[in-house]
Amino acid sequence: MIQLDHITWKVSGRTILEGVTVAIPANTYAVLMGPTGCGKTTLLEILCGLRRPTAGRVLLDSVDVTDLEPRERGIGYVPQDLALFPGLTVREQIGFAPKLRGVPAAELNQQVDRLAGQFGIVPLLDRLPDMLSGGEKQRVALARALAARPRLLLLDEPLSALDESMRAEAMALLQRVQQEHALTVLHVTHSSSEAAALGTLHLRMVAGRLEVESQG
Amino acid sequence: MRLNRSNLCWLALALITGAYLLFWALLLGATATYSTPDSWLQVLRSAEIRHATFLSLVTCSLAAGFALLLAVPVGYLMTRLEFRGKSWLDAALDIPIILPPLVVGLCLLIFFQTKIGKVIEMAIPFTYQISGVVLAQFVVAAAFAIRTMRGTFQHLSARPEDVALTLGCTRFQALWHVALPAARRGMVAAFCIAWARSLGEFGPILVFAGATRMKTEVLPTTVWLELSVGNLEAAVAVSLFMVLLAVLVLVAVRATGEKV
Repeated sequence: MIQLDHITWKVSGRTILEGVTVAIPANTYAVLMGPTGCGKTTLLEILCGLRRPTAGRVLLDSVDVTDLEPRERGIGYVPQDLALFPGLTVREQIGFAPKLRGVPAAELNQQVDRLAGQFGIVPLLDRLPDMLSGGEKQRVALARALAARPRLLLLDEPLSALDESMRAEAMALLQRVQQEHALTVLHVTHSSSEAAALGTLHLRMVAGRLEVESQG
Repeated sequence: MRLNRSNLCWLALALITGAYLLFWALLLGATATYSTPDSWLQVLRSAEIRHATFLSLVTCSLAAGFALLLAVPVGYLMTRLEFRGKSWLDAALDIPIILPPLVVGLCLLIFFQTKIGKVIEMAIPFTYQISGVVLAQFVVAAAFAIRTMRGTFQHLSARPEDVALTLGCTRFQALWHVALPAARRGMVAAFCIAWARSLGEFGPILVFAGATRMKTEVLPTTVWLELSVGNLEAAVAVSLFMVLLAVLVLVAVRATGEKV
């Protein structure tokens, strides 16, 4: 369960988020919509600890994590530009988090191979990000985030760079990943069709406030 | 191609650029044709100049290495962290660039006469020593290396580092595992720029480390010493050698943009 308790974010005297309060139950696929520049990405960054809110609390499973560093929260984040690490192969990208945890090499390779298999990117394991298509990059970014074994996955417009033909396939992949890993997902999107296809909880950001549109 | 106003504008700009490059070509051409290659080789074979060359190569490499070690953390801090007084700190970091070179040397000389300076000199003697040459080169070169590294980090998105933080990295690990590998081209460029800047450094070295033959004499000092005794041939030979080194560094910096 994720709870945002009166989250406020002000920058240069301007209020971007004002008293955002919402509870997202565990294993829910929540979609967040709203106009450009309304603070959706800021909210994700506050959730995963990259920004500290001006006021309010973030609670994960009823534990206040507002003062915790991003690495201590167990939240996976896939930004809009995917932010793959330049100069690291796909294998190194996926193995990044397990390696930090000190997982032994043999087990690390097994984990990478398993995730690569799930995402259908085994043939890409030795490639660098520059040699991947948009869809391949997206799969690598997802596999990299899941390798950290997060309890919550934040996706910032993950399908925006994909063309129409790949979008349906990617949506099916996201749904499968959420179910297989029993994840709570918060997915930011501008697409109503994407939101309708994926979301079981529909949120909308309006003038710095969050409204629950519908719950499936 | 018809000569319309736009084309005339480009033509005028190209003429200005061409005139500037021609001016430099004439300068270097005149210097290169002042003496013969035989006399250059003869000069470059002399023990003093070989010593100065070796010392220049060593001290420039050390100064550039130290400058890079400083430039990476400072450049990263100045790019990724917002804090009060940042613009003042930014201006302060540029001080060595705007200070007259002789003043930098004088500042070093005076600092090492203070109590703190004397304590430092008890551990590592700097004044009129080879270590002083490295320090004099470092203080100026570091400012250029910091500028280069700052520009490098500014061009690199902070997003991958943010993602690394969510994957379990500390800020230091994100710098080490993500930002530094991505900034390797900038690091090579910063090293080369610091190295080239150190090679041309003269004023601070003259004041702080002196111009003692076979001891603290580096290539710019050689040019000055040879000029002061009227040996123009030797000054020209060493100058051309320095031009060659500078061109090699320039090529290396350009190459980093594509290959490193």
